[in-house]
Amino acid sequence: MAIKYTKDHEWIDVDGEIGTVGITNHAQEQLGELVYVEVPEVGATLEQGDEACVVESVKAASEVYSPCSGEIVEVNEDLADAPTTVNEHAEGDGWLFKIKLSDMTELDEFMDEADYKEFLKELDE
Amino acid sequence: MVPFAGYEMPVQYPAGIIEEHKHTRDKAGLFDVSHMGQAWLHGADAAKAIEKLVPGDIQALKPGTGRYTMITNDDGGIVDDLIVTNWGDRLFIVVNASRKHIDLPMIAEAASGLAELEIVENRALIALQGPSASGVLSGMAPALAAMPFMSAVETDIGGIACHVTRSGYTGEDGYEISIPVGNIEAIAQALCDHSDVMPVGLGARDTLRLEAGLCLYGNDLDEETSPIEAGLAWTISKRRREAGDFPGAARILGELADGPQRKRVGIQPEGRAPARDGTVIHAAGGDAVGTITSGGFGPSAGGPIAMGYVGAEHAAPGTQLELAVRKNMVPASVVKMPFQPHRYYKG
Repeated sequence: MAIKYTKDHEWIDVDGEIGTVGITNHAQEQLGELVYVEVPEVGATLEQGDEACVVESVKAASEVYSPCSGEIVEVNEDLADAPTTVNEHAEGDGWLFKIKLSDMTELDEFMDEADYKEFLKELDE
Repeated sequence: MVPFAGYEMPVQYPAGIIEEHKHTRDKAGLFDVSHMGQAWLHGADAAKAIEKLVPGDIQALKPGTGRYTMITNDDGGIVDDLIVTNWGDRLFIVVNASRKHIDLPMIAEAASGLAELEIVENRALIALQGPSASGVLSGMAPALAAMPFMSAVETDIGGIACHVTRSGYTGEDGYEISIPVGNIEAIAQALCDHSDVMPVGLGARDTLRLEAGLCLYGNDLDEETSPIEAGLAWTISKRRREAGDFPGAARILGELADGPQRKRVGIQPEGRAPARDGTVIHAAGGDAVGTITSGGFGPSAGGPIAMGYVGAEHAAPGTQLELAVRKNMVPASVVKMPFQPHRYYKG
């Protein structure tokens, strides 16, 4: 399954029933260099839209909301010592958490890459 | 760009806050601080006039030197912090942008019959800060190399008469330069053309002053907070203490004698999570004992740093604290400030 994007500038890459979640390259550019990332606890159960992570730049702390409902099965522990990995590889090594999806239909509303690029263009205008 | 005290101000330039911060510590950063309030106070009794509002010793200021002080209210709280410089025949006053509409009428009223306030509307104010500042500026105005911290001179820069003080808000050596508005662009451009100089926005201005342990009005100082709580007793001279002739003297002298109930302290959080202003401070494993007033990531410190107010019994360096950062209690300790050593030029 291809990577999907949300209007909150998150991406989710679904493999079977596990979704890997991060923020988009656009989002990290808006935030600036990150100095701290707080990931959720493994085992936590989140509803779609619940606060999952906090990413902090010098300027401010910003919440990252879970795009989907489910249980956190893995978090990116490397970010504790290297938060700028999110800046360098937002849509790769800078992933935030993996979630076991409880409702696959939640994915239907998300954009594919082409739609997300179009969405960013509209934001620019 | 963000709105700030009625001005549109850049949080950062393209280099970004961390790069701008580090460049200022390594070389030189150029800050546009034209939003700050500038004023002259004319007349032989100008120092006496301003002393009606501040506890600092302005009458003792030698010509060509400046001093940090604060306007206090009758309850001993701080209305604003400011720099007063003696230019011989007049005083130069620089106040915070967010407070100038309060300060300047107060000064005008206090000066009534003693001195005349002239609000400066036609001059920009820039700061060049960092270890390269002296080399860069003295190439344009040789007189500026030898002047010590908190001194002032009038000199030509690129053929323009400028008022220069060796001061700033970063903990670094540096200068603040008051320039006629019509000439500011050419001088700022000439400075930016120097390979050691980078423009710096509000974001890095805040991280630099926090590392230097310097107060931000509205965060670390306000109308309830006294200079003694804020750790600014050093700004009040023996003569002013003995005379007790400044607003709020009863509280301020009482706190000088008996110690304040709470004190501003440096706080070192453990780990990497920034603790920002408004974060509640607890005694280790115990009750709330204070609040962080400025906090975040220190680019030169390489991690989170903060300052805040705690009950006096929790203010000794080494005291263990906990910070309520979202759902976590982050261990922290009281530390001496500044977080980065001051590098002022003492001559």
